[in-house]
Amino acid sequence: MAKHKVEKIESFERHPKSYKHWNLSVDGPIASLELDVAEDGGIFAGYSLKLNSYDLGVDLELADAVQRIRFEHPEVSCVVISASKDKIFCAGANIFMLGATSHPFKVNFCKFTNETRCTLEEASRESGIRFLCASNGTASGGGYELALACDEIGLIDDGNSAVSLPEVPLLGVLPGTGGLTRVTDKRKVRRDLADFFSSVAEGVRGQRAVDWGLVDWIAPKSTFENTIKERANILAKNDTHISGDPVVLPPIEVALDGIHRDYQYVRLSIDPIQRSAKLTVRAPLEAPPTAGPSLRKQGANAWVLRAFRELDDAILHLRMNHLEIALVELHTEGRAEFVLEAEKGMLKGVEQGDRFALECFLHMRRVLKRLDMTSKTFLGLVTPSSCFVGCLAELLFLSDRSYILDDLEGEENSSIQLSAFNDGKAPMANGLTRLETRFYGNAKALETCLELCQTSKILEPEEAERAGLVTFCRDDIDFPDEVRLFVEERIAMSPDALTGMEANLRWPGPETMETRIFGRLTAWQNWIFTRANATGPEGALTNYGKPTNPAFDPRRC
Amino acid sequence: MTLSAINSEKIPNNVHLSDDKRLQRALERWQPKFIDWWKGMGPEGFQEKDVYLRTAVSVDREGWAHFDHVRMPEYRWGIFLSEAEPGRKIGFGDNHERDVWQEVPGEHRNALRRLIVTQGDTEPASVEQQRLLGQTCPSLYDLRNLFQVNVEEGRHLWAMVYLLQSYFGRDGREEAEGLLERRSGDVDKPRILTTFNEPIADWLSFFMFTNFTDKDGKYQLLSLAESGFDPLARTARFMLTEEAHHMFVGVTGVERVVRRACEMMKEHDCDDVRPYGGVPLTLIQKYINFWYTSSLDLFGSEKSSNAANYFAAGLKGRAWEMKKHDEHLCLNDYYTMTCVEDGRLTQEDVPLRNAMNELLRDNYIDDNEKSVQKWNREVKKHGFDFEFTLPSKRFHRKVGIYSTHRFNPEGNLIDQEEFNAHHDEWLPNEDDRVYVRSLMKQVTQPGQCANWIAPPNKGINQNPFEYEYVKL
Repeated sequence: MAKHKVEKIESFERHPKSYKHWNLSVDGPIASLELDVAEDGGIFAGYSLKLNSYDLGVDLELADAVQRIRFEHPEVSCVVISASKDKIFCAGANIFMLGATSHPFKVNFCKFTNETRCTLEEASRESGIRFLCASNGTASGGGYELALACDEIGLIDDGNSAVSLPEVPLLGVLPGTGGLTRVTDKRKVRRDLADFFSSVAEGVRGQRAVDWGLVDWIAPKSTFENTIKERANILAKNDTHISGDPVVLPPIEVALDGIHRDYQYVRLSIDPIQRSAKLTVRAPLEAPPTAGPSLRKQGANAWVLRAFRELDDAILHLRMNHLEIALVELHTEGRAEFVLEAEKGMLKGVEQGDRFALECFLHMRRVLKRLDMTSKTFLGLVTPSSCFVGCLAELLFLSDRSYILDDLEGEENSSIQLSAFNDGKAPMANGLTRLETRFYGNAKALETCLELCQTSKILEPEEAERAGLVTFCRDDIDFPDEVRLFVEERIAMSPDALTGMEANLRWPGPETMETRIFGRLTAWQNWIFTRANATGPEGALTNYGKPTNPAFDPRRC
Repeated sequence: MTLSAINSEKIPNNVHLSDDKRLQRALERWQPKFIDWWKGMGPEGFQEKDVYLRTAVSVDREGWAHFDHVRMPEYRWGIFLSEAEPGRKIGFGDNHERDVWQEVPGEHRNALRRLIVTQGDTEPASVEQQRLLGQTCPSLYDLRNLFQVNVEEGRHLWAMVYLLQSYFGRDGREEAEGLLERRSGDVDKPRILTTFNEPIADWLSFFMFTNFTDKDGKYQLLSLAESGFDPLARTARFMLTEEAHHMFVGVTGVERVVRRACEMMKEHDCDDVRPYGGVPLTLIQKYINFWYTSSLDLFGSEKSSNAANYFAAGLKGRAWEMKKHDEHLCLNDYYTMTCVEDGRLTQEDVPLRNAMNELLRDNYIDDNEKSVQKWNREVKKHGFDFEFTLPSKRFHRKVGIYSTHRFNPEGNLIDQEEFNAHHDEWLPNEDDRVYVRSLMKQVTQPGQCANWIAPPNKGINQNPFEYEYVKL
C-alpha cells in the first residue's frame, strides 16, 4: 500500500485556559467569543493563519467553547461572536492549509466544521442560546459561513467591509460549510441574487447586504459596539432559555496502549491489519440516579454524559486518525436495566425543566448524529452480553448492518429492548428518528415498533428480526462465520463507493437544510476538490496566491 | 426421538462429520429433502429395485469402488475430499504463492458461491433429464450404467452441498435447498444452464450427453481443482475420479452404436441401415454435431471479465495449472481469437485472463478429438472409409461471439439462408429424432441387447454381460 501523509491529531479536547485563537468571557447572560487567531498557531506546520483564517485547531476551540457555555455557563442566553482584528472578521478556512493537507483530511475537516456550525443552530433552537455575529470587518468564505450559522448578523458599515463567498470565482471550489445552502434556505436570499453574490469575489456590503437578506443590520463604526450590546441584550431575553447549576466538564480520561483507547464506559480497539475497529459502549456499572437533582450531583460523571463524551472522542479519533479503518463493529455490554434507568432519569429531568438533564440529552443526540455522519461501515452486533436497549439501541439503528446471535445453547439469549427514547426523542439530520427512517414508508412496521417503545418488551432474537430491528438473526453456529464473511467482504470493496452507498441509504425520506448541507458537501464539494480544475497542476486552488492563472478543462458535466 | 440418518455409518465421509455439529444440523434438514427429491425426480419406476452399484466408502484405492446390489434410495451418498496437500499455496492469479484459503474469504464469497451453485445445479439437473430413460433401456447392463451415472450425479450434488453448508452459512444452506427446488425444463423454476433443461429422450442422446456434456463437467472440475479455496479444490479432485466413469459410458455407448451400424452395413451391403433398425453413421454425425456444439456453449463467453476475475482472485485456474504451465500470472500474454468483424473473420488479441473460458474450451476440444478417433477406428475395423469429425467451434453456437452469426461445420461464415438449406444435413431434424425414438424399446432380459446397439465387450467389475445387474 502507498504511504500516505500522516496528519495525526493528538487530541480533540480543548480548554479555555489554553485557547490559542479565541477569547471567551462571560458577563451575566451574555458570553463573548472573540476570534483572535494566532498566525503561527496552526495545528500543522507549513502555513500561517493570516487574516483570522482558521484551521481545525481554531474550530476545535470554537466547538469546545460552545459546549462549555452550555454546561458550565447555563446562565448564558446569548453569545456574541466577534473578532479582535481590525477590518477583518474572519477570512474563512486557510487556503494554504487546504492546499497542504490531504483530501481525506480536508473532507474530515469540513465535516467537523459543519457539525460545529449545526451545533450553534441546535443550541439556539433547543437550549435557547442565541448567537449574534458581530462582523466588525469583512466576513469571507468560511468566515461568512460562521456568521450564517448565527441567529443574527450585524455588519460594520465602513464602506469597505463585506460579506462574501469567494470560493467559486477565486478558488474554483464551493463554500464547504453550508454557505450556499444557508444563504437560500435560512437567509431566504433570492436564488438569482445568491448566484450574483456567490460569483463575485469581493461580495456585497452595506445597505445592499441588508436589502438582500445577507445580513440583518449594518451600523457605522461609531455605533457598532453599542448596537451589538443592545441587540445582545434583546436576544438574551428569550423565554426558551432555562438556566440551571453549572457542571464543569473535566478532561476525558483515557488509557492508551497502541491499539486500544480505554475510557471508563467506552473502548475502541483498532485492528489495522483487518482494517476494522471494535467500539464498545458499557452500561452504567451501578444503579444510576433516577431524577434531575441527583443526576446533577453526579455532574460530568453521570453515565448519560460521560459515556457519550467518551464515545464522541472515540469517534473523532476513528474518523481523523484511522482513515484506513473501513468498518466499525458496534458492541454494547453490561446491564440493560441500568441503561434504561439512566436514560429514564435523564428524560424525567428534561421533563421537569432541569437544564443539565436537557444538555445531557441534547449532547447524546449530537453524538449519535456524529456517528450517522461518519464515513465508516457500522456493524451492530447483538450478543447475550450486550445491552442494546433504549438510547444504546440507537447504535443498532444507525448501523449499516446488524446481526443478532440466537444462542440456543447458552444460559441467556441475546435481546433488544426499545424505550421511550427511541420514540421521537432523537431525530437524525433528516428530521426523522432512526426508527422512522428505518421504516420509512412502512407505517405498520413503525407502529408495531412504537408500541414496543411504550411496553419496553424484551425482544428475543427471532422477534427482533421479525420486527425489522436487526438485519439478520443467526444461530451460534452461523453467527461468527457470517460476521467474518461480512467484514471481509466489506473491507474489500471500494471505500469511496461504500461511503456514497451508505450515505445514500442512511437518510431516506425528506431533505432538510442539514441533510442538504452534508449531502452537498460530500457529493459536490468532494467531487470538485478532486477534479483537476481545482487541485490539478493548473487548477484554481493550486494556483491561488501564485503568479500563474488557472487553466480549466472547459467541459461541463 | 427418531434415529438421525446423519451419521458416518450411513453417510460415508472423510470430513469428520461426526464432530461437525454445523454440518450435521444442516444435513438433518437437507437430507430428507434430498431423498424426497430423489424419489420424485430420480429414475422413474426403479426405486424399489436392487441395482448393482459402486459406492465410494473412502478415498483410498480399496474404498472408492465398493460394489453391491442396493436400492437406490438407500444408496450411501457420501462426502469425500481428496487428501489435503500440506502447505499448499495458491497457484495462480494475483494471490499467487499465498497460502490457500481453508475458509471462504469474505471478499470472494459471492463469486465462489456462484461457481459452486452453478456447478452443483447441473448434477441434479442431469438426473432429472434422464429420469425416463430406464423405460427404454437397451440392456440390463446399460440400465445399471444409467443408474450408476445417476447416483454419482447425486453424490456430486452432495459434494457441492457439503461446501455450501459448511462454508457459506445460512445463504449456503438456502442455496443447497434451491438445488433441490429447481427443476429441469420447468417454466418457472428452470435449471440454471439452458442445456440442462432439455429432456434426454433417447439413449443415443444419453450417450452423447455422457460423452460430450459430462466432459464439460470434467473440464470445469479440472479448473476448480486448482482453486485457491482448498476445500473446493479437494472436492473437485475427488469428483474427477468419478466423472471418468460417465465418459466411459458415453464413449463406449456411441462406439457400440457405431459398431452395430457397421455390422448391418456389412451384412446388408448398404449405407442406410434404417430399414434394418440401425442408426446410420450420418445420423450419428448429426447427433455429434448437435451435442458437441451445445456442450461447447457451457464454457461461456469467449471474452469474459468474470473468467478474468475468477483467475485473478485465484478461484478458478486453468486445467492442469500446476502441471502444465510455468507462468501463473497471465498478465502479459494474449490469446489470438478469431472474431467476426464487418462480415468477415478477423484475428483479435484478447488479454489471456479474459480468454480463460476459451483456453478451457480448447482443452476440451482436444479431448473430444480422442473420442472421435476411437469411433473412427471402429468404422475402419469394419473396412469402411467413413470418418466422423468434430465441427468447427464456431458452428451452431448459442452462446458467445459466434452465436449471432451462421457458420457451416467447417467454420466458414455463411448466411442464414444457406444455413437453413443445409440444416437437415448437419443437425438432427424432427424425422431423425422420431426415428431414433422409435428404436427405443426396453430390453431387460439378462444377456439380451437391443438390435440398434452392439453388446459391450465386457461387463462390470469382471462380471459377464449376462450378469443380473438390476434385479427386476
